Amino acid sequence: MMTLGPLGFTAPWLLLGLIALPILWLILRAVPPAPIRRRFPGVALLLGLTDEDTQSDRTPWWLLLLRMLAVAAIIGGFAGPLLNPQTERTGTGPLLIVADGTWADARDWAARRDRIEALLTEAGRMGRTTALVALTDLPPEGPVFQGADATALQIPAFAPAAWEPQPTELADWSDGLEGSFDTFWLSDGLARDSRTALLAELESHGTVTVFQSPRQTLALRPAQFDGGDITISAVRTPIGPEIEVTVAAIGLDPAGIERQLETMPITFEAGSEIGEAVFDLPPELRNRITRFELSGQRSAGAVTLTDDALKRREVALIDGGAEREGLELLAPTHYLEQALSPVADLIDGTISDVLLANPDVIILADVATLAEGEAEDVQDWVEAGGLLLRFAGQRLASSDMGRAEEDPLMPVRLRAGGRAVGGAMSWGEPKALAEFDENSPFFGLSVPEEVTVSSQVVAQPDPTLAERVIAQLSDGTPLVTRKPLGEGQVVLFHVTANAEWSTLPLSGLFVQMLERLAVSTRPMAPTAEDLAGTTWVPEDVLDAYGRLERTDTLPGVTGEQLATAWPGPGMPPGLYAGEDRRIAVNLIGAETTLAPAAWPARIAIEGMAALREIDLKGWLLGGALLMLMVDILAALALSGKLRGPRADVAAGVLILLFALPQPGWTQQSNSAADDDFAIAATSQVILAHVLTGDPQVDEIAQAGLRGLSNTLFARTSIEPGAPMGVDIETDELAFFPFLYWPVTASQNIPSRDAYAKLNRYLRSGGMILFDTRDADLAGFGSASPEGRMLQALARPLDIPPIAPIPEDHVLTRTFYLLQDFPGRYNSRDIWVEAAPVDAELADGMPFRNLNDGVTPVVIGGNDWASAWAVDGLGNPLLPVGRGMAGERQREIANRFGVNLIMHVLTGNYKSDQVHVPALLERLGQ
Amino acid sequence: MTESAPLSLTLRSNAEALASPLPPLLAEAEHLASTVLVGDHGRRRAGLGDTFWQYRPAQDHDEVRSIDWRRSARSDDTFVQDKEWQIAQSVSLWVDQSASMSFTSSKELPSKAHRARTLALASAILLLRGGERVGLPGLPPRRGSAHVDRMAQLLSEDDAADYGAPDAREMAAHSRALFISDFLGDIDATEAALTAAADKGVQGAMLQVLDPTEEAFPFDGRTIFESMSGSLRHETLKAGDLKQRYLDRLAERKDRLSQLARLTGWQFHSHHTGDSAASALMWIFGALERRT
Repeated sequence: MMTLGPLGFTAPWLLLGLIALPILWLILRAVPPAPIRRRFPGVALLLGLTDEDTQSDRTPWWLLLLRMLAVAAIIGGFAGPLLNPQTERTGTGPLLIVADGTWADARDWAARRDRIEALLTEAGRMGRTTALVALTDLPPEGPVFQGADATALQIPAFAPAAWEPQPTELADWSDGLEGSFDTFWLSDGLARDSRTALLAELESHGTVTVFQSPRQTLALRPAQFDGGDITISAVRTPIGPEIEVTVAAIGLDPAGIERQLETMPITFEAGSEIGEAVFDLPPELRNRITRFELSGQRSAGAVTLTDDALKRREVALIDGGAEREGLELLAPTHYLEQALSPVADLIDGTISDVLLANPDVIILADVATLAEGEAEDVQDWVEAGGLLLRFAGQRLASSDMGRAEEDPLMPVRLRAGGRAVGGAMSWGEPKALAEFDENSPFFGLSVPEEVTVSSQVVAQPDPTLAERVIAQLSDGTPLVTRKPLGEGQVVLFHVTANAEWSTLPLSGLFVQMLERLAVSTRPMAPTAEDLAGTTWVPEDVLDAYGRLERTDTLPGVTGEQLATAWPGPGMPPGLYAGEDRRIAVNLIGAETTLAPAAWPARIAIEGMAALREIDLKGWLLGGALLMLMVDILAALALSGKLRGPRADVAAGVLILLFALPQPGWTQQSNSAADDDFAIAATSQVILAHVLTGDPQVDEIAQAGLRGLSNTLFARTSIEPGAPMGVDIETDELAFFPFLYWPVTASQNIPSRDAYAKLNRYLRSGGMILFDTRDADLAGFGSASPEGRMLQALARPLDIPPIAPIPEDHVLTRTFYLLQDFPGRYNSRDIWVEAAPVDAELADGMPFRNLNDGVTPVVIGGNDWASAWAVDGLGNPLLPVGRGMAGERQREIANRFGVNLIMHVLTGNYKSDQVHVPALLERLGQ
Repeated sequence: MTESAPLSLTLRSNAEALASPLPPLLAEAEHLASTVLVGDHGRRRAGLGDTFWQYRPAQDHDEVRSIDWRRSARSDDTFVQDKEWQIAQSVSLWVDQSASMSFTSSKELPSKAHRARTLALASAILLLRGGERVGLPGLPPRRGSAHVDRMAQLLSEDDAADYGAPDAREMAAHSRALFISDFLGDIDATEAALTAAADKGVQGAMLQVLDPTEEAFPFDGRTIFESMSGSLRHETLKAGDLKQRYLDRLAERKDRLSQLARLTGWQFHSHHTGDSAASALMWIFGALERRT
């Protein structure tokens, strides 16, 4: 075996034959081609002519080259060339195949599996025992070495995991290794601290070979919420030139279907490790996002899940409707807006509008009564989990709300009037707030001294009052009361939301209280203390390929674990649900960086791709044969023997050799077919019928139009060509003045495009004759399947009002004078465009003055095509009626056809005859 | 008329070959001849004949029965119908039977000899039908359709020599002659015969029949050219180089022949076997008709 780059030769000595090529060149060059003998009477004229070039005719250089190449190919072919010859790996003893099996492997896992398979096959050939281990899924005991065939059985179930190897487990496992074995390590290409130790451990048992292919690995860091924008960054390794990837925000659309809500490009500058994208989304859309994905990267690292942290609360603010323009600082909602707008999405509007948006919180600032229906809707909404936050005020204080009995939307009953302390007309000082009770949600907030209350509404002392108070004044008067309602709650601040009654809205305490009430809170990343003692159950789990799968079989994890540990076998990345919120566990942290794995120089690194050995012998010998064939042709051509039939054969062979399939052929032929169709349809007047898909109906329609064309040709100046069938889906209709449409019950409803085409056709002056062919069975209408089909067909068509054909319709006299329009059946039910209502009978004329427009449709069921139909010889195809009367009916049917086509082609010109008296009169002057 | 000729030609020739002892040549020639309608050669003056020439006032010597009463009834004079003077001509044919005439370049084309014989026989049939006497070398000019069989037999014989030359010795003085050959052989023999014929007052036509390849010389490469009998040969290494010089020589040969024809008052025409035979026949008739 000798190798030259990717080429190897099994019998390299044969290549010495190439030395003989120059000698062959000289020999071939010297020998001229053999002469041909020809009988030729003109030889008498040739006698005495001498060749200008007395030298013998040499073989031309290109022919020589061709022959040389052929010979060289033969020599090379027999030397046994192999592309990518596989060097045999030598080795004995057990073989451990280790794969990282991380998310970074997932993208080209198939290639890894192929590689493992190839390695196992090779090991099997050498009789080595093997074991297969994924570092992310370590077997509890040490590797079990068994036959390569047995190991290969594990391959189908050998899958990457969505996490990284756990350093401690890895160390435990490697400590337990025993015996001596060689290791093949399929690396995922990412740097990892645990590698060094494991490598040292493995090297102590035998040689280690690493398989790793350089490639770009991308990962997505968790989304950061920053003001109204979401910033998402991606990291990459190795750091290369500028690239652009797309990140998609994925979530449920309003219909509950998961789809890409938004995509943004992330650009990595050349030499930069991190790329960023900023999503600026409306809150509605932002709240729907469940995860971000790098498009086209199939790995768990390219997906980052969002949890509730991304959601901002939607708060509806409704004030008492006071129109106090200019006094902004006194507006009931001013301080609420100031406090909430940075952290929540505010919604304005009326109650009924706001409820449609299903906000998290509705704040009613000094709103006393709600309309009847609204109050019930709000109650429903609260019971479904809403938080209704009310503030008192003049209106509430002066209303009768919750006086006699407790209002469902008020936590307590109120006493009339309220109280004022510390004002000009009252005794006492304004009251300060008392420390918050232990049971209060505000417990722990420090009460600033400057917060005072000068006016408030006062609660009726009810038995339930004590438990509903969550904040009170220093004198024990309730300041904030709360009651649960269904799953939601109603909270009342007994003061105004502005600084009129108290200084509370001016203090930082106000904001903190709102936060505690979960009005303004955006859930923060929970700390370990928050999570301590809680249990979280995985709801959706990511696999290594980045697919999110719903799960309900995995055990829950403790809050401590959730806060500190990295994803691992016990806690796969995914969404974990707790009592009142969900937390996303992402594989890539906000600070994670990626780096390519570095291996010591002593470790042999091989590529991942398993190259296939390709034997080139056949190709070379085949090529040589081909060249020799060409040589035959060339030699024949050179010596003048290539003429007559031989030349044809040679040309055929050459065409076969070199004709390549033309990709553009079908398209060309398509457009050529279109052109042919257009030329055929427009070179003459062509009557056309719609292809229904029922071969018999189509055939009769074709024969009928042929008969009508013949009749027209014989009797009128219209000389139509052979009729055509058109497919309304694909063919252009504009070429045809007239379409005959036999309606069958089984035909397909045309597509939207076809209807658009048909409507365009009707608007631009085309006419369609609908024929339900059922006049013998049914009157016109929906009594027959065809009739119903016609209704279905015609519904999307742009058809004007239609009416039964009047006696003075222009169709009765465009060529023949007709009163009946029979086909194979003789029914009077023919419908055409209705006459305008103002049509009037002209003086002395037998018909009305209807001189505008050709009816775009004629609808009937007389099966005209059957009456018109003729065979190739012009004989009627189908019987009509009985005896001579039938023939008369056929004649009238033909006349109807003539009238119809005349009507199509000449329009209303016969109607214009009504003007003849006027014209004559004018001429007479 | 000429388009369908080859097909019906073969059909009919096959049928004739079975049905009659006549060589197919004769049938073909007759078919070819039927494409031309000829009458007797009018002398353009009054004399013995069948065709009306003119009315003239009756003279004393005219017999009463020769008076044309129909014409005379229209005037006071009596008129006599003069007929056109018609005499028979004797035409000598010579067709080159030599080996070089048997050449054909492809299976689709007839050999030169076949074309020459067909043309000769067709002209003979036409001439005989027109009342002329037709002869071949070795066959004195005679009239009558039975003569055609004899001629057909004679024409079917082949000559072993490479190239042939016409012979003017047997020609009667002031007769007409038709030479059909490829005229590729020794030009001197042809010239001598032509001059001898001209000396005898014989006028006529020379038709050169050539194969298309002889005009085109589409050869290339190393080639040995041989005459049909193999007695002449010429070897070349690059036949393509010879083409122009060969064509020059051929043109020179044709030029010489037409010059000879001009000098002796003959007609000369070159015909290719690839062309229609009927056109050549028309030319022959035009040529023989002229100045007759």
